[in-house]
Amino acid sequence: MVTPAMTDKIKIEGFSLQYQDGTETLRNVNLSIEKNAITVLFGPAGGGKSSLLRSINRLNDPEDIKQIDGHIFLDSEDILSPKVDLINLRRKIGMVFARPVVLPLTIRKNITYGLEVMGEHNKARLDDAVERSLRQAALWEEINHRLDDPAVALSGGQQQRLCIARTLALEPDVIMLDEPTSGLDPISTGKVENSLQELKKQYTIILVPHSVQQAARTADNAAFFLQGELIEFSRGKGIFTAPTVKKTEDYVTGRFG
Amino acid sequence: MATRGGFFKFDRNNQQKLGFALLSLVALLTILPIIVILSMLVFKGGSAISWEFISGFPYDGMREGGILPAIIGTFYLTIGTAIFSVPLGVASAIYLSEYAKDSLLTRIIRLAIINLSGIPSVVYGLFGLGLFVLFLKFGTSILSASLTLSIMTLPVIISTSEEALRAVPQSFRTVSISLGATKWQTIRRIVLPEALPGIITGIILGLERAAGETAPILFTGAAFFLPNLPTTFFDATMALPYHLFVISTQIPEMPIRIQFGTALVLITFVLGMNLLATVVRSRARAKRQW
Repeated sequence: MVTPAMTDKIKIEGFSLQYQDGTETLRNVNLSIEKNAITVLFGPAGGGKSSLLRSINRLNDPEDIKQIDGHIFLDSEDILSPKVDLINLRRKIGMVFARPVVLPLTIRKNITYGLEVMGEHNKARLDDAVERSLRQAALWEEINHRLDDPAVALSGGQQQRLCIARTLALEPDVIMLDEPTSGLDPISTGKVENSLQELKKQYTIILVPHSVQQAARTADNAAFFLQGELIEFSRGKGIFTAPTVKKTEDYVTGRFG
Repeated sequence: MATRGGFFKFDRNNQQKLGFALLSLVALLTILPIIVILSMLVFKGGSAISWEFISGFPYDGMREGGILPAIIGTFYLTIGTAIFSVPLGVASAIYLSEYAKDSLLTRIIRLAIINLSGIPSVVYGLFGLGLFVLFLKFGTSILSASLTLSIMTLPVIISTSEEALRAVPQSFRTVSISLGATKWQTIRRIVLPEALPGIITGIILGLERAAGETAPILFTGAAFFLPNLPTTFFDATMALPYHLFVISTQIPEMPIRIQFGTALVLITFVLGMNLLATVVRSRARAKRQW
């Protein structure tokens, strides 16, 4: 299922995950995430997509995990190794959550937060990061005159793009988005999808979409997850037009899910 | 169903009006005692209040003069209590809310805190006498009394602070961690500022109770009468609540206006702290950047 390629940013090999409470589990997942492309992880709820994302930047609470097997390589570094510097890892792999959660700070401080906790206090560099990341998230024109307003004053769509900008400010290698548009109206959703297409030129993107339609619209590569298993993976959009596995076909044609 | 059967035929609008009126009445009843107490104190003790009363020493077997040593003493005891209970209480709350896993140990700790707040204050007094005054040889002193009051205040500060910390959405913590912050940075920069107004309220409520208590200081630091103000933490002190107890029960032919005047000063002290809590809280809210 996995075709090795020089351009792969992340390689997941034989990855299994079991939680203490036995809820969501992943079984023997093998998957490659291509560099500078959008890899979409889709499938019904409870399939293990979010768990996989949380494993990739180690956001899972170690106390909750019963057992973990396999490897996840970022470039050539195994990020599941206990020696990994988590702070550094999370700087390299940014995460955008389903509900936009802005920190209780100003718009500007939301963006500079990640840099400041890493010890960056140079005002000019912070200002540069604010402008650059807001432009990349297609938000600069809308809000550059009110950067010192509270971030909660923004609309839902703006908040989600602010969350994306906040991740971009750290200049990560990989951006993971977990249903980033699930709470947004179609226009805001369009804006987010458009900025993703721009962003992939510079970043590697992993997206959990909120619908099959969004998956098909945005995917360069796509992986279908069902009940903790990777059912089918395709480079290109082939999975949506000519799925090879019956379960995938049932799902993308809307027979279940 | 617009109407109900029975003797009173209220349609649902009138039911709503009746319910609203009853609830308002009950709410008004709860503030009635405060109004009655305050007006009684002002009426019977207001005439005692003068500059001399606030700034002078008592004389003639405390039947004349002022209550300065008691005011200063209560002030010292409150400060002393704050010095011990605030850092300990807030730190414990941070530990319980942010670090402690849900285990048998933390459940026992929580149970202990709940039970601590149920212990009668006179028992704290005896405990303080045994531990601080006698065993640790701090003597009957501001130090012993402050420590005793601190132990009594801790559960209030811990539980209100922990509640304030837990009210900060979990998602703030996850986002902060995902942006590369350490756990401590997350607590320091996001969680604590968010919880601060609630924590401050808890602190002041706890200290307020300490300022008004008699029993815990009875055996540990309060003096019947002292001709001089305390000069160190190891001196005993007069204090408003104990002074009030003394002049109300121990001294024959005590003028009533002085008793009520003393009570008025004590109540003003406590309500003043309440006011301070409200001001601090609303200013902290206004300063928040969102």
